[in-house]
Amino acid sequence: MLRRILYWSAHYLLIALYVLFALFPLFWLIKVALTPNDLLYSEGIRLWPSRIGLEHFRFVLTNSEFPLFFRNSVIVSCSTALIVSLLSSVCGYGLSRFNFRGKPLLLALMLITQMFPLVMLVAPMFRLLAPLGLTNTLTGLVIVYCAFNAPFATFLMQSFFDAIPKELEEAAMVDGATRFGAFRRIVLPLTLPGIAATAGFVFTAAWSELLFALMLNSSSRASTFPVGLLSFVSKFSVDFGQMMAAGVLALIPACLFFLLIQRYLVRGLTAGAVKG
Amino acid sequence: MSAIEISHLSKRYGTTPVLDDVNLSVAAGEFIVLVGPSGCGKSTLLRMIAGLEVVSAGQIRIGGTLVNDLPPKARDIAMVFQSYALYPHMSVAENMAYSLRLRHISRQRIETAINAAAEKLGLGALLGRKPRALSGGQRQRVAMGRAIVRKPKAFLFDEPLSNLDARLREHMRAEIKKLHRELGATLIYVTHDQIEAMTLADRIVAMHAGRVQQIGSPLELYDRPANLFVAGFIGSPAMNMFPALFSRRDGRATLVHAGFALALEHDPGLAEGMPLTVGIRPEHIVLGTGRLQGVVDLLEPTGLGTIAHLQLAGTAVKAFCLERLPLAISTSLKMDLPAQRLHLFDAEGARVAQQHE
Repeated sequence: MLRRILYWSAHYLLIALYVLFALFPLFWLIKVALTPNDLLYSEGIRLWPSRIGLEHFRFVLTNSEFPLFFRNSVIVSCSTALIVSLLSSVCGYGLSRFNFRGKPLLLALMLITQMFPLVMLVAPMFRLLAPLGLTNTLTGLVIVYCAFNAPFATFLMQSFFDAIPKELEEAAMVDGATRFGAFRRIVLPLTLPGIAATAGFVFTAAWSELLFALMLNSSSRASTFPVGLLSFVSKFSVDFGQMMAAGVLALIPACLFFLLIQRYLVRGLTAGAVKG
Repeated sequence: MSAIEISHLSKRYGTTPVLDDVNLSVAAGEFIVLVGPSGCGKSTLLRMIAGLEVVSAGQIRIGGTLVNDLPPKARDIAMVFQSYALYPHMSVAENMAYSLRLRHISRQRIETAINAAAEKLGLGALLGRKPRALSGGQRQRVAMGRAIVRKPKAFLFDEPLSNLDARLREHMRAEIKKLHRELGATLIYVTHDQIEAMTLADRIVAMHAGRVQQIGSPLELYDRPANLFVAGFIGSPAMNMFPALFSRRDGRATLVHAGFALALEHDPGLAEGMPLTVGIRPEHIVLGTGRLQGVVDLLEPTGLGTIAHLQLAGTAVKAFCLERLPLAISTSLKMDLPAQRLHLFDAEGARVAQQHE
């Protein structure tokens, strides 16, 4: 009995430690964002300030360009997530269900695109986009993000489609559906968790991307929030309070997005389809 | 007119032949069972009829219409899959309604059809459930229900019972037979289980290595197997087989085995010294009387009877007898292989016709 209690205590203690470790930076972010400026440097390192205030948030929302960056980030990330999810669903289905000439080559090419460090591609990308007038635009960013995320998302979606038994579509086709009908009515609803996971992955990737957002844009008109965060770093000082407040605000859309898709993420939808 | 007509049908995957020159004509209302070991092409044949596999050569006609290039939805068939393939996100009722909804049938008529099918299969209480909340046997019923809600030209069953336990399988086997009688529909059924084939079929199509070996009624295949494959595949325990040479001794046709000789009643007119394979079913071996001497190796009582493993002049044979003979292991006993019960096959494995047939 005692051994059991000890075992479970150790079990939960380890989990608690892990969660603490993972969430601590987040806690620090919120703590600094809530600490008034006069206490930020005078109180030393404390787990919680003696007084909290929302002045940093107020400043970021009213006196900076952050609302614009926010809007830009939401547009870019949502568009990227939407386009990539659509493309990767269709492509992943094709790769999962059909054999066609050049399929191995196509897969190899898609894999190769994932092998380059992004830094290598910044200059060529800029040269490509500049003559097309796509630098300093959100469209340009969306295109670049889609190009980078589509191959991996396609692989991801392919594995989700592979997990859905072929017989389900065949049954639907014998029942009287076309192949596209079977895809839309039978396969797609069952792949929703996969699509949600893919969309979540792509959204986060686009939401937090800094390198291209910084290099392809020079005006604040088309800047996203990671670029905006950098503006709190000046030559002589870093405005930690406002930076952290902006960071907290940037978490909100990401949280909302995951809240939206989480019910699909956890569902084991194919249970009971075929003999298990 | 036959419901389904298959002529010179072949299937290749790349250069690998899977089906070779299959010919079959299924009468309306007939219960056909395709039987054979795994990999014999029986499921491929069924899937080709359903339109799920492309035809490499030959023709498939359903109700007189050439369907080679028609998609499954245009063939008006219903299929029950081995894995059941129920739509997991739909309830039992929605699963059954799906094919009718695709045909734009009115809500009211769909409901009537579902209720009728549910009553036939005892699914009434389960209509609102999702497939994951059903047992294996219930899922199997739903899969059948999904097929019978409409009136298709033919039903295709792809090993529908192989995922059920033995008792349930026996029960569902009878249900399927009853269902077929009630619906009067054309039905093609794939199985690797020869008992299922024997008990269900109007006609059996025995397949091996992509070729049709024999088509006939269950008893035809049992009593007069066309070749060694069918002889060995149909029947359990399996037919005994041993090699022998054909000879005429004292003017009488005789089968000469290394340890014994069997005289035939009629001369099948074979060449002297021709090598043959001789087959005899276990239940046709006579124990207790006869000219031959066997030694008991092993006894398997089944309750219904006894399967006796015997050594007969160096050849292992199995005999099945209904009487409870006082047999003991390692004792020798008299036995006989009645001449009119012997099956003869030539070197190619084809049946040699005998006069008493």
